[in-house]
Amino acid sequence: MAKILAVTIILIAIGSAIPIVMHTWHLPQDISTHGPLIDEQYAETMAEAGISFLAGQFVLAFFIWKFSSPKPGEKIRSFPGGAAGLVIAAFLLVGTEVLALGIFGAKAWASVYFTPPAANAMPVQVQAGQFAFYFRYPGPDGKFGPLHPDQINEANANFFGLDQTHDQDSKDDIVTAEMAIPVNREIHLLMHSKDLGHSFFVPELRVQQDFVPGLDLSIHFTATKVGKYEIVCTQLCGLGHYNMKAYLEVMSQEDFDNWLKQQAALQ
Amino acid sequence: MHDMSAHAVQHGAPTSFIRKYVFSLDHKVIGKQYYALALVAVVWGMVLSWLMRIHLGWTNLPIPGLHLLSSTGAPGNVMTPEYYLQLMTMHGTIMVFFVLTTAPFAAFGNFFLPIQVGAEDMPFPHFNMMSFWVTFVAFLVLVSSFFVGDGPTLGGWTQYAPLSAVGSVSGPGQGLGVVLWAASIGIFCVGQLLGSLNFITTTLDMRTRGMSLMRLPLTCWGWFITSVMGLTAFAVLMPACILLILDHVAGTSFFVPSNLVINGQLLPHTGGSTLLWQHLFWFFGHPEVYIAIVPGMGIVSHVLITNMRRRMLSHRVLIYSMGSLAVLSYMVYGHHMFVSGMNPYSSLAFSFPTLVITIPSTIVVLIWLGSLYGSKLRINSASLFALGFISMFISGGVSGFFLAQPSIDIMLHATYFVVAHFHLVMAVAAIFGIFSATYFWFGKMTGHMMNETLGKLHFWLSFVGTYCIFMPFHYLGIAGNVRRYQAFTDDYLIPLIPLHRFITVAAILTGLAQFIFIYNLIYSRFKGAPAPDNPWEGTSLEWSTATPPPHNNFGDKLPVVYHDPYQYNVEGASTEYVMQTSPEQLKNAHEEN
Repeated sequence: MAKILAVTIILIAIGSAIPIVMHTWHLPQDISTHGPLIDEQYAETMAEAGISFLAGQFVLAFFIWKFSSPKPGEKIRSFPGGAAGLVIAAFLLVGTEVLALGIFGAKAWASVYFTPPAANAMPVQVQAGQFAFYFRYPGPDGKFGPLHPDQINEANANFFGLDQTHDQDSKDDIVTAEMAIPVNREIHLLMHSKDLGHSFFVPELRVQQDFVPGLDLSIHFTATKVGKYEIVCTQLCGLGHYNMKAYLEVMSQEDFDNWLKQQAALQ
Repeated sequence: MHDMSAHAVQHGAPTSFIRKYVFSLDHKVIGKQYYALALVAVVWGMVLSWLMRIHLGWTNLPIPGLHLLSSTGAPGNVMTPEYYLQLMTMHGTIMVFFVLTTAPFAAFGNFFLPIQVGAEDMPFPHFNMMSFWVTFVAFLVLVSSFFVGDGPTLGGWTQYAPLSAVGSVSGPGQGLGVVLWAASIGIFCVGQLLGSLNFITTTLDMRTRGMSLMRLPLTCWGWFITSVMGLTAFAVLMPACILLILDHVAGTSFFVPSNLVINGQLLPHTGGSTLLWQHLFWFFGHPEVYIAIVPGMGIVSHVLITNMRRRMLSHRVLIYSMGSLAVLSYMVYGHHMFVSGMNPYSSLAFSFPTLVITIPSTIVVLIWLGSLYGSKLRINSASLFALGFISMFISGGVSGFFLAQPSIDIMLHATYFVVAHFHLVMAVAAIFGIFSATYFWFGKMTGHMMNETLGKLHFWLSFVGTYCIFMPFHYLGIAGNVRRYQAFTDDYLIPLIPLHRFITVAAILTGLAQFIFIYNLIYSRFKGAPAPDNPWEGTSLEWSTATPPPHNNFGDKLPVVYHDPYQYNVEGASTEYVMQTSPEQLKNAHEEN
């Protein structure tokens, strides 16, 4: 039975690795400027984790096979190098591995989070609420008007709580239910939650960031490929969580300008 | 080291049914009570997971009889989105608290820790009794939420604020359901704190003559380290639950900031912090992962040693590694919060210890593998599950490399990759530890051996089945499949539904296989072959006493310990194994001190 277990472990290990090696299921295509660093880091981690996984399972299987039917009178043997050797090996191999992953991974993280947005980055505000995203563009004045939570009124399509009668900066703000951005232009996304915790996840954009109620955060990114992508919520926000989504359209600058004009006309 | 002979029997053998089986002071009965509670909880948790899996595979499929569980949650026997989330929350809560925390630690620890240290009982038997009954009440409070108001909370076992803190305005079950959840977990914490106090004191103060700390079996070390973690982790979760209840019933705003508009209502709360809940929760939550798994590490080491017929390559290194895991577990909790809005510099500060924690984890695995080398491995249900534990722990452990890094977490956070990771490394591995311990110790606990053929069948179906369930979860996560969705309506998720259906079928079949175990458990309890005192030829103190052990564990005289716990195949010894209680002089024995 031990030998069957050994073979089973090896089959499971190889079977588990095949879809990874064959890329049967894989990360969605990357359409961001910062994504390649993340993908590279992912690939390196996959290689190291994959080797650790296969090596661990193979050694386990091999030892189960080899040491489950001792001959009569056979003596117990100790692993060459003993515990000290294994501890040193763990420190050297895994220590080096995690140090490398930590340092290079920090670089990928820093490229996303430790750099300020460019001065000419285009600001877009996204507001999350049960169970929809809304987006706001500042209009020709380049300024967002202030939010008045007490004036939020979905029936009147005042999703953000803008006071366009009194607030000068709000008058030309453009509110949309879909997000459009120009390709190859840095976007400074200002994140605001109206009610609960939500998240902004666009797998292709390599962006995932939670909305924190009471704490407005911002992220910045540049999309490099024209197309239509899904924005989904990844932070459990109630019964409609699974259905909280919006589309992100990455357009040429010209298409985007036209789109924004159309949206402005609809306000 | 203490001379326990000075201690009189702390409490006489009970005579009435109630004091013997219900409000018992005997650690052995309390251990069995915890086991029974965990068994009820795990069946309930598993049925919930079946319902969830069926719904995920075939969202609109009516599940016959589901309306009996909740008429509003399943009109026409089809689960509503909110009911899915409510079942999911209960599945997670029941499994993490009432199975993974109670069975490996409180059930087996209660039964065997006093015996393995050579004591008559725990030092505070009334606290011990209270710890079980408090836990039982916590379970009842949690389950009661199915039957009151608009059902249990839907906020997930992590109960992130402000969803959990604003009341029923945020959805069904978010009013009374959350209060019952927080009350249940708060009460559960009391039980764990009482239990941990007993475990720590038993380990430090109740050891019999000759039982130095290094002579404790690895199981005792697992339970001891876990109890220290429990004492600190649950002490943080309990006040967090109290604050959450206050936000509901006393109008406080610990976790709710100003200006929230929900369902068109501007909430009156001001000034709270939503991230505060996450910090408090995960300060408990990450050590909790180790609270679930470290007792399993001890159990698996103990079972393997007995079946490898040799000591581990290093007793001391294993203990130090388990201790390092415990210490580091408090420094890594922020890896649950990389994209939470926490300061991104903190993410790196939490990332490095998370990566470093793989070193003691690797050392533990390498010591197990290195000890298998050159051993005389015996295959039985207990050792199969122990080997399965190692395989699962490796599989679940390597995905930790990904989730320890904030940059990769951007892609994998809140996806099924995380679900795969924690189920393998913490849930399935811990449950394999529970199975291993059950097959190993059932004879000692009940006086009857379990059926080995059924045990092996149970292992094969469980081992292959769990891989079929949880390996594909990784693939889903890599493809960006978000967790906690009741249906997959996004364009990019629809192609993944066939994989979900495969997992559902695997989950139902693997779940059904667990009834072989339950049948074996019940059948063997009454009809199993009589258990000898030392069926596996073990050396630690539980094998030195009668089966099942008498009320005061060792009869009139406490044992005296002469050796380290695992003296197998010692050169020059008169027998293949030498009991800890054997006064035989061993020239070639490896003694830690």
